[in-house]
Amino acid sequence: MRIKRISTFIMNKSIRMATLLIAVCFISFVLISASPIDPVQSYVGADMTRVGSEQREKIAEHWGLDKSPAEQFINWGSSLIRGDLGTSMIFRRPVIEVIKTRFISSLALMGTAWLLSGVIGFLLGNVAAMKQGTWIDKLIKGYCLTLASTPTFWIGLFLLIVFAVWLGWFPIGLGVPAGVLSQDVTLIEHIKHLILPAITLSLVGVSNVALHTRQKLLEVLSSDYILFARARGEKGFQLFWRHGLRNVALPAITLQFTSFSELFGGAVLAEQVFSYPGLGQITVQAGLRGDVPLLLGIVIFSAIFVFIGNLIADAIYYFVDPRTRGGRAI
Amino acid sequence: MLSIQKCNEKTIRMNNRAVNNDAKSSNTDRKTVDNSTTPLLNVHDLSVSFTQYTRGLNQKELKVITNLNVSINHGEILAIVGSSGSGKSLLAHAILGILPANVIISGNMDYKGVSLIPKIQAELRGKEIALIPQSVNFLDPLMKVGKQVRSSVNNGNATKIQRNIFQRYNLEDKVDHMYPFQLSGGMTRRILVSTAIANEAQLIIADEPTPGLDTGIVNETIRTFRELADKGCGIMLITHDIETALKIADRIAVFYAGTTVEIAPVEDFSGNGNNLRHPYSKALWKALPHNDFRPIMGHQPPPNRLPKGCLFAPRCDKATVECHDILPKASSLRGGMVRCIHAS
Amino acid sequence: MNLGRKNISMIKINNIKLSIQKKLNRRQRTLVITIVAAIVLTSILVGGLLISDQRIATNFEQKNLSPSIEHPFGTDWLGRDMFVRTIKGLTLSIGVGTLSAVISAGIALTLGLLSATMGKWMDRFITWLVDLFLSVPHLITLILISFVLGGGMKGVIVGVSLTHWPSLTRIIRAEVMQIRSAEYVQISRKLGRTRKWVAIHHILPHLIPQFFVGLMLLFPHAILHEAAITFLGFGLSPHKPAIGIILSESMRYLSTGMWWLAFFPGIFLIMIIRGFDILGENLRLLVDPHNAHN
Repeated sequence: MRIKRISTFIMNKSIRMATLLIAVCFISFVLISASPIDPVQSYVGADMTRVGSEQREKIAEHWGLDKSPAEQFINWGSSLIRGDLGTSMIFRRPVIEVIKTRFISSLALMGTAWLLSGVIGFLLGNVAAMKQGTWIDKLIKGYCLTLASTPTFWIGLFLLIVFAVWLGWFPIGLGVPAGVLSQDVTLIEHIKHLILPAITLSLVGVSNVALHTRQKLLEVLSSDYILFARARGEKGFQLFWRHGLRNVALPAITLQFTSFSELFGGAVLAEQVFSYPGLGQITVQAGLRGDVPLLLGIVIFSAIFVFIGNLIADAIYYFVDPRTRGGRAI
Repeated sequence: MLSIQKCNEKTIRMNNRAVNNDAKSSNTDRKTVDNSTTPLLNVHDLSVSFTQYTRGLNQKELKVITNLNVSINHGEILAIVGSSGSGKSLLAHAILGILPANVIISGNMDYKGVSLIPKIQAELRGKEIALIPQSVNFLDPLMKVGKQVRSSVNNGNATKIQRNIFQRYNLEDKVDHMYPFQLSGGMTRRILVSTAIANEAQLIIADEPTPGLDTGIVNETIRTFRELADKGCGIMLITHDIETALKIADRIAVFYAGTTVEIAPVEDFSGNGNNLRHPYSKALWKALPHNDFRPIMGHQPPPNRLPKGCLFAPRCDKATVECHDILPKASSLRGGMVRCIHAS
Repeated sequence: MNLGRKNISMIKINNIKLSIQKKLNRRQRTLVITIVAAIVLTSILVGGLLISDQRIATNFEQKNLSPSIEHPFGTDWLGRDMFVRTIKGLTLSIGVGTLSAVISAGIALTLGLLSATMGKWMDRFITWLVDLFLSVPHLITLILISFVLGGGMKGVIVGVSLTHWPSLTRIIRAEVMQIRSAEYVQISRKLGRTRKWVAIHHILPHLIPQFFVGLMLLFPHAILHEAAITFLGFGLSPHKPAIGIILSESMRYLSTGMWWLAFFPGIFLIMIIRGFDILGENLRLLVDPHNAHN
């Protein structure tokens, strides 16, 4: 019974992911083929004048650009299935490799921010709801609403001014100190560069979880079962601990998993501000310098990343929540 | 069984304390007076109104309970009967002190002769006064029901007490580990009643305890209440179902548009209703299927359009000019209470 | 017992006081905030349109000045007045935001209506389309679209328009579904009215307020993303005084301590976004009677 449920769940989700991914690949490819940007030119860069037309054709042939768009798509698609995303024009290395190394670095950033913002946001949301209408509530709500209107990159700039320029506690930019090989960089050095971007992302990320948790707890607090719990003499923290927390924790956790999309977008901006060598930074470079294979690779990768977040969120509801876990007994 | 006996013992304990009070009682303000003269609960002139925002950001005061009087004695089952949406549940919430913050309460409520101010209410609820709510929605959807009943236990081994109560109500061991959504209607009912029994409360307020249940469960619930009352508890049964009320109650309070229009011994609901005091009670009695089955014309006024005088006047065939002008005072009549200037 | 009476009447008085206070506060607050937000937004828009470009001409005699009375936001490395640049940049942001939000809301309205009225398959397709657009992070889609369109103003507007419709589409679809199941619509259908007739006469009028609220609430997001994509260097040309460009340029000068280049434009951007957010929320409170009770 349980195994059947799990396998149905996985089946449904896989089909869904497959259709979405195919569509993402197809649309991205069509879009890029229609782009006025000449991939050969972006490959060659500024030296265009020194490259003859013969050379250009050679380059085009090398990248398969002389074929029709349909053929190109089939070529690209079939190698994609084999796990080959092509070669990055900027880095001259396989896209998959570039994404892998950069993603590990981004993962440290996003993971830290995700955990921090989740925990702090959840706490703030609960405090605000329990103290609804008081100055604490207003302060937290005001903070969250303002932060929701604040561009991530501006928070980054602000932290940079205060902590790096004025206080000089952190380096101003560059993921690794200039002139040092990346292998030689110590862990501490890494962490030092991680702190400000992670705080930036957390500051922004708090807002969503906090506001949702606040709303959810207010709903719970006005429910019949809280009324009944109060009728039985429960109050204050005990009431929250027994009935409030239990009922808001699950939605908060799932919400945090569905926020992977904003997290990724935020990381792009934070990495740009702090020159943090992650996936976000190369996304911008790929876009600005016309590295088509890399850009396509990142689009697909980010779609998978977001999908996994949603998948975990769904799985939590499906398998953890007792109301949906075992099916109805009666 | 065990817990019901305790309920009685507790009453006796309270009395002992009353006899040689002051010295022993830690709560000096909670004076317990002799059972025979002081009712368990006495509600006098209670009004409850809500302030509400309406469209366009205007504010309105909604009077949901108007000058309500009611009392319950030890060992008595009082049914409060009224149609749905007449504010009956709010009476229960007002007694327990769990109304939302935006309400205005006036009047007086005494429990064992002690005024139910918010502080006292907070001390008593879940200990001496218990609520039996109407539906499964009042149980925490994510907490196992066994645990929810255990959390109501005030004295003694919670697990043992909870198991005893469940056994008494034929709830198997596995029910302990069920979540509310897994319960059947009958099981829900038994579990909600269990919470009150686990409380060992002396005043039990049951809010619509028999909605849409089959006769078996209704009878079972009625039996339970009778047992509890026989052990000395006072029970306030709030219902729209006059038939059930007639089967179980000692006295019936007829509730209309936020107030009690009549309180009568259950025996008065008999024959063609001539013993009843208020035109609404009579009409209600006559509307029953086994009597005339004659519906009452018109509608109960909503809280935002209450009439100025007697609340029932617009629908009353005996209404005179005075009826439309002043709200009749509650007066004693033939061992009951009535709120009608024409009652005799 | 006396004590009890007194207490209860005290509670009563306190409750009345409290409710009067709340009433006045709330009415005043909603009105004052709405008016202030509207005034600030319009004055920035008008100011930005009226101030001539000469005010931000290069002036090397006045470069790198920290904020003063003459230059409240300071000047940059070319001696341009940052206050004027900020106002102009915000005007541009509001313009781009408005256009994108309107297009986006239009798409949402069309797709939402189609989804809810044109049968199961259309509904499935549009739901799938919504999921598809939500499956890639907004910013990545924006970068992709900007790249495809070769950057520039067009890229930003198309990008922002094409990424902001999904959530509003969902809301509108749900709203239409709800209206459609209402009794009077059912009766109207049974009386032989066509789907199209019902859509135009019964459903559309109910959607108009929802649509405008949704539109207002799209603004902040649209402006935020416009600023972000410009900041990353995809959007407008560096000569345009867009907020994103101002902030991205400021990065090069932060290490020299010219904090005002980033600080004030950012604060103003936040104010604008928050202003639109407040307008949208207040509009929603007025339109939606359920929320009027809170």
